[in-house]
Amino acid sequence: MQFSIRKFTDVVVAAPIGRIDHSNAGPFEDALRPVLEQSGGSGEAVVLDFSGVEYISSVGLRVLMAAAKQAHSQGSKIAVASLQPIVAEIFAISRFDRILDLYPSVADALASLSLPALEAFNAANSGSPT
Amino acid sequence: MKRIRFWGTRGSLPVALTAAKLREKLTQALRGASGRAFASDAEIGAYLDSLRFPVSGTYGGHTSCVEIETAGPEYVLCDLGSGVRPFGQAAVTRHGPGSSQSYHIFMSHVHWDHIMGLPFFAPAYVPGNRIRIYGGHAGLEAALRRQQDQPSFPVDFNVFRASIEFVHMDPGRRYDIAGMSVTTKLQRHGGDSYGYRFESSGRTVVYSTDSEHKLADPEETNGFVEFFRDADVVIFDAMYSLADAISIKADWGHSSNVVGVELCQMAGARHLCLFHHEPSSDDEAIERSLAEARRLEEITRTGAPLLVTAAYDGMEIEF
Repeated sequence: MQFSIRKFTDVVVAAPIGRIDHSNAGPFEDALRPVLEQSGGSGEAVVLDFSGVEYISSVGLRVLMAAAKQAHSQGSKIAVASLQPIVAEIFAISRFDRILDLYPSVADALASLSLPALEAFNAANSGSPT
Repeated sequence: MKRIRFWGTRGSLPVALTAAKLREKLTQALRGASGRAFASDAEIGAYLDSLRFPVSGTYGGHTSCVEIETAGPEYVLCDLGSGVRPFGQAAVTRHGPGSSQSYHIFMSHVHWDHIMGLPFFAPAYVPGNRIRIYGGHAGLEAALRRQQDQPSFPVDFNVFRASIEFVHMDPGRRYDIAGMSVTTKLQRHGGDSYGYRFESSGRTVVYSTDSEHKLADPEETNGFVEFFRDADVVIFDAMYSLADAISIKADWGHSSNVVGVELCQMAGARHLCLFHHEPSSDDEAIERSLAEARRLEEITRTGAPLLVTAAYDGMEIEF
């Protein structure tokens, strides 16, 4: 699984790519762990850019649940943005849309979490809509 | 194996349709019939069949009791929830009090909702009947006797006139019972529970209720995939949403429609039957859970289609 990380002032945007299922939920969890640990120490928020995620199974959703619990316990914030339609349906069917903070786009998530981060994001992405 | 018949499908506690809910159904049905004329009962029946199930029917409220009808004369049941009362009445009506029958009863566990029907199981009071109760719990017999001790119930277990035997089953071992090959599997539930895999004449039915799936352990997942492998029907505990099952209701010992679909797809099962409905769920809520499970199956399908249904009291699955 590909997993890219970008930082915009006080927000880390992490973008997994591909399917998150029984075969690769472990690597997804391993990739996410240091991001969460870093955010706990620095107070940074985390946005998971799901625009490249084609499918997520219950095992992958469990990783998100654990991440949300960790963020809550360490006083940081985590959001999920840019869900593909199929993944958005899976979130709704599993009721994860009721327990995670979901946003239509990364920009929408940043607008809610940190305006300086949004400005940095817009500057970095000027001319390329997300 | 000829058919499966559901006598109780509700989890935790029996529930009943209220007058207000019944009135809602009647109102919707009559609204739909406004201006129409029905010349016969058959036309009324056809109209009722055209309505959504939550309008024309109800999922029911008896707790777990499932009959597996075999080709032989012996009865096979899973669990002794309140649904075993109407089952027992039907059996006594069919055979009369002077006819001796054999009953094989497989117990998932001894929580109250799965044993509460036994004191009302009429065949247990009929001399000559033979009842064998199977399970993996060491305290199975003690639990069933205790619920009829004073002051919990006025009729002691010893009042039963049928011959009642308790048979311990070891997980993973294959048993030949009532013309079927039966294996049991330990499941994650408070005080443990056991699932059952019944195989006969090329047909396989899995009864897996009161079973929580932690998802983080691939070995545990693979164990259930093998237990469900190529089953014709998997009767599955789908009491909660996935989000509830792994958050506020984690360690409550139950599963979800989402995990049911995933496990059955991985196992190549043909029919997932959602079971052990949450008692606070009304018919519309259960129907919504069913529709969502079907949609999940549709958008995640990679092989042959998986039929998804939700069990209701009185439902039959024919082979």
